[in-house]
Amino acid sequence: MSTAHLFEILLRLGDSPLILAQRLSEWVGKGPVLEEDIALANVGLDLLGQARLWLSYAGEVEGEGRDEDALAYRRDADAFRNALLVEQPNGNYADTIARQFLFDHWHALALRSLAGSRDERIAAIASKAATEVAYHVERSTDWVIRLGDGTDLSHRRMQAAIDGAWMYANELFVPDAIDDASARDGIGVDLRALAGPWRAAVGAALTEATLTTPSDDWAQRGGRQGRHTEHLGHLLAEMQFLQRAYPDARW
Amino acid sequence: MVSEPVLGDVAARGNVVSNAMTTLAGAWRALASVPDPELPVVSIVDLGIVRRLARDGANVVVTVTPTYSGCPATEAIAGAIRAALSEVGFPDARVEIVLAPAWTTDWIGEDAKQRLRDFGIAPPGSARPGIAKIDVRGIGPLRRAGTVVPCPRCGSPRTSLTAQFGSTACKALYRCDECLEPFDYFKEH
Repeated sequence: MSTAHLFEILLRLGDSPLILAQRLSEWVGKGPVLEEDIALANVGLDLLGQARLWLSYAGEVEGEGRDEDALAYRRDADAFRNALLVEQPNGNYADTIARQFLFDHWHALALRSLAGSRDERIAAIASKAATEVAYHVERSTDWVIRLGDGTDLSHRRMQAAIDGAWMYANELFVPDAIDDASARDGIGVDLRALAGPWRAAVGAALTEATLTTPSDDWAQRGGRQGRHTEHLGHLLAEMQFLQRAYPDARW
Repeated sequence: MVSEPVLGDVAARGNVVSNAMTTLAGAWRALASVPDPELPVVSIVDLGIVRRLARDGANVVVTVTPTYSGCPATEAIAGAIRAALSEVGFPDARVEIVLAPAWTTDWIGEDAKQRLRDFGIAPPGSARPGIAKIDVRGIGPLRRAGTVVPCPRCGSPRTSLTAQFGSTACKALYRCDECLEPFDYFKEH
């Protein structure tokens, strides 16, 4: 696998947790209850830590002197390779939970597969992250069940949130030529192979939550190729403000 | 993974066999005095995050593995290690961070687990299969097959999970439904 492709794969792995961490941090200080506020911050912190490991490695592979900060703060939206799902706005709490739930289940499966990557560094980062993400899955799944199997209003909102996020979740399983090449080389993950286990796990939780699993497998695509929804630019404007306004500022 | 038979490897610590080892043993003792910043009742050696201590000429290299990818204490721990080693004659100790093999709570020693329990934290390994009661504020009680964590104070298995994440990412918050005390559970990893 070429250096350029490995760099690309690492951005795809690192940008999703980075952007989701930023979204979760928007909740800090205004979570629905104190315990959730803390949980959101902790999940975000896990994801940010993972993003740092992926992006540091990406910078080293690229070999042009960009470190994790340069990659996070000095790229424009079309250079980001995160899944469209994670850049979607927080919405109401059901929207935040649906986004998290759909991503967590994919993330856990992807990391478990990457733990066997032929690239030792990828395998090490993935093994580490997989143990953390197991708790993310537990939490978001508990919430989906509780809100789905809750009041009429929470049920309605949870269903609408799952339905709304579904076409973005489908993107997680649509590889392009670079993904396919990385999977063939035993370095990246075979995204198609994750779809079955993901549908089984997500479907079982949705059923327990008395919710309907959407059947449409049409995917809104483009995140991993740098074609984003309008929301990413707004998110980056906030995330990157300091480094854009005061380049090289340090704590 | 089998650890390499390196002088000063975790498995070999405390085996004082020569003068050279004595200094290395001193370095181990210094490391054993560095508390975890979030859990001051256990040291970084108790936690199992110090993976290796080796000579590097006149100096030493300490290999450390982070508990969590996003653990904000990692840099503070590296600083504390350098400070502790400087006091026992290694002013330029290097701290290397490695990810593999990934840290696991299995590396926490039994005596350290007891100290956690005495401190009011249910140590990793205390969860057992059962019907988990989840009582997160805003969610309301939910019972599902999972694990039960007994209260570290009174030992009762009648406890509820009140938050999947507590004061740090490595802990969950529980409440004992018997003695009504809240407690932290150091999650298994």
